Amino acid sequence: MYAENSEGVTQKSASAEPSLQTRRSFLGALLAVGSVFVGALLSVPLIRFALFPLIRQTTDTKKSPVGSVSEFSSLSEPATRTIQFEQIDGWRKTISEKAVYITKSRQGQVCVLTSICPHLGCTVPWNKEKRLFICPCHGGTFSADGSRVSGPSQRGMDTLESSIEGGQLLVRFQYFRQLVPDKEVVG
Amino acid sequence: MKETRKIEDNDAAAPKSGLWGWIDRRTGVDTALRSALYEPIPGGARFAYVFGSGLLFIFISQVITGIFLALYYVPSADHAHTTVSYITKAVTAGSFLRSLHAYGASAMIIVLLLHLSQTYIYGAYKGPRELLWVSGCVLFALVLGMAFTGYLLPWDQRAYFATAVGTNAASEVPLIGETLKRMMRGGTEMGTLTISRFFVAHVFFVPACIFALLAAHILLFRKAGPAGPPDEDPYKPKKKAELFYPRQVLMDLSLTALLIIGLGALSFFAPMKLGPPANPADAQYIPRPEWYYLPIFQWLKYWHGAASVVGVLIIPMVLVVGIVTIPFFDRSIERRPWKRPIAMGAYGFVLLALVGLGLRSEYLDSHDPSVAQQLAKQKAEEQDYMRKPFEPELSSATLAAANVALADPQAAKGKAIFESQSCNACHGDGGVGTAAAPALVGISAKYSPEQLAELFKHPTAKMTAGGMPAINLPPDDLKALIAYVESLK
Repeated sequence: MYAENSEGVTQKSASAEPSLQTRRSFLGALLAVGSVFVGALLSVPLIRFALFPLIRQTTDTKKSPVGSVSEFSSLSEPATRTIQFEQIDGWRKTISEKAVYITKSRQGQVCVLTSICPHLGCTVPWNKEKRLFICPCHGGTFSADGSRVSGPSQRGMDTLESSIEGGQLLVRFQYFRQLVPDKEVVG
Repeated sequence: MKETRKIEDNDAAAPKSGLWGWIDRRTGVDTALRSALYEPIPGGARFAYVFGSGLLFIFISQVITGIFLALYYVPSADHAHTTVSYITKAVTAGSFLRSLHAYGASAMIIVLLLHLSQTYIYGAYKGPRELLWVSGCVLFALVLGMAFTGYLLPWDQRAYFATAVGTNAASEVPLIGETLKRMMRGGTEMGTLTISRFFVAHVFFVPACIFALLAAHILLFRKAGPAGPPDEDPYKPKKKAELFYPRQVLMDLSLTALLIIGLGALSFFAPMKLGPPANPADAQYIPRPEWYYLPIFQWLKYWHGAASVVGVLIIPMVLVVGIVTIPFFDRSIERRPWKRPIAMGAYGFVLLALVGLGLRSEYLDSHDPSVAQQLAKQKAEEQDYMRKPFEPELSSATLAAANVALADPQAAKGKAIFESQSCNACHGDGGVGTAAAPALVGISAKYSPEQLAELFKHPTAKMTAGGMPAINLPPDDLKALIAYVESLK
């Protein structure tokens, strides 16, 4: 590098008249700075466009109506409903159907359970005689409020996020990781 | 010229120490930059010479915005319109970028016409610049090709019908017309194969040709050197030259700034519209091409029957061949426009004819009440569509499931059983398969209903080992379940 520098210095002695040189390089620097600035400005919409999925949520599951709240005010046992839920994935949506249970939590409030077993994902039916949810695949049992009674599952049945709007019970259907002790949303 | 050489030599000898000097010794980037910037222009810098670099700027802008649009665009008849609608209505800055790209196409054609006119009027195709002119003509054709192929991609009513007319015009060509049309469309009718073809042409094929031709165009320009003003000798420039940098650079940059401001403001305040999705069954729709194709559109209206060969093929061919080959037969070194009455007369005639045809088309549309009314209706439909919020497309998986339920009550019953029996727990919703069990989609091709019934009642050892239980259902339910499983396609 040093040897090359000295070569540069010898070239410098041959350079043009200083004032012209200075004016030229000032203009050059100004143009370079200006171009970088305008380029940066123009890249703002490009970056916003490309980062859209990071700024906004592009995948979502919409809340689905389950029925009117009055239907579920005096439940003696879990009621089953098939709900349609809409999953948004960018510019497309999928409408799927799933069975859910409307039941009373231990505190006596209306809550919604998914019918998917937290063990390995089988659909868990309600057994009227035994007053238990009994999974047909591996025999896991759950009480009417969804809490675990016995069997291979490491947790109780999963409650879904629900709300009441204008007398309607709404639920957001989600899938949860199986074979783990704590509820964890997937995909 | 002597003066120029002196400045150039001095600049070439500028200090090359430090990091920049090292980078230059390794890459030659500083030297390349100098040779680009210190190009001598006979007769000095002029605003008339700004269009070439303006075109280069728009082209780069089109490439960048195009690449970004491809982040969300899907070229298929099913998804093209939805994805463009998503870009326009949902994605941040999407409408702005799409507008920049769409208006950029129009700007490109305007600046291209100015560039061509300047070259022609200044007689800058003369001297050793024949191939420079020819490469420019090919680039013009390629840019028109980009405009034509890009126009279809949003797949809205306007795009669909304009391209239907455009590709139909190809069939007027004698002998090969029909083949040409089918080749462009990927079949006799416009459809999803047409989008694929247009997309590949627009995104891969034509841009590749443009890059190659652009490189050739710039190389040929550097080889021949700028022609200078009209009273300059095209072979041996005699006028005092001025270097490209700084004055010509500043002039070029002023056009670039104008383009940025103009296109930016237009895209921001009057974004490009998207109409309702293409509906090939709409018999009422009146197609109209983009403004730069209006003259050709109007021209083609005048030619029918046996004479159409003349109007559709012979006259345009003569015109195109004449324009492309002009530097080969217009050999005089006279460049001043007022001394070239024939060349300038021909230019004026063609220009007037094109403008006249375009205006005539506009006039006819606005003076035919039924046409004007329909065009106004189409415009209103576009505005209506733009006001609606983005609506996601229903995925085909959903539709298939819904169709099954509608088409066959037996299969619909089977679907309920499939879910209540937890078949979907392992085989997935709609039998798409999971890690636990294989997909059932398409199983009807492998097993007959009788074989399926047998397998359900008595699973094989391998199935049992995988966790498949024997199904014990009343005969009617079993039949329904089989009907559903057979329907999974």
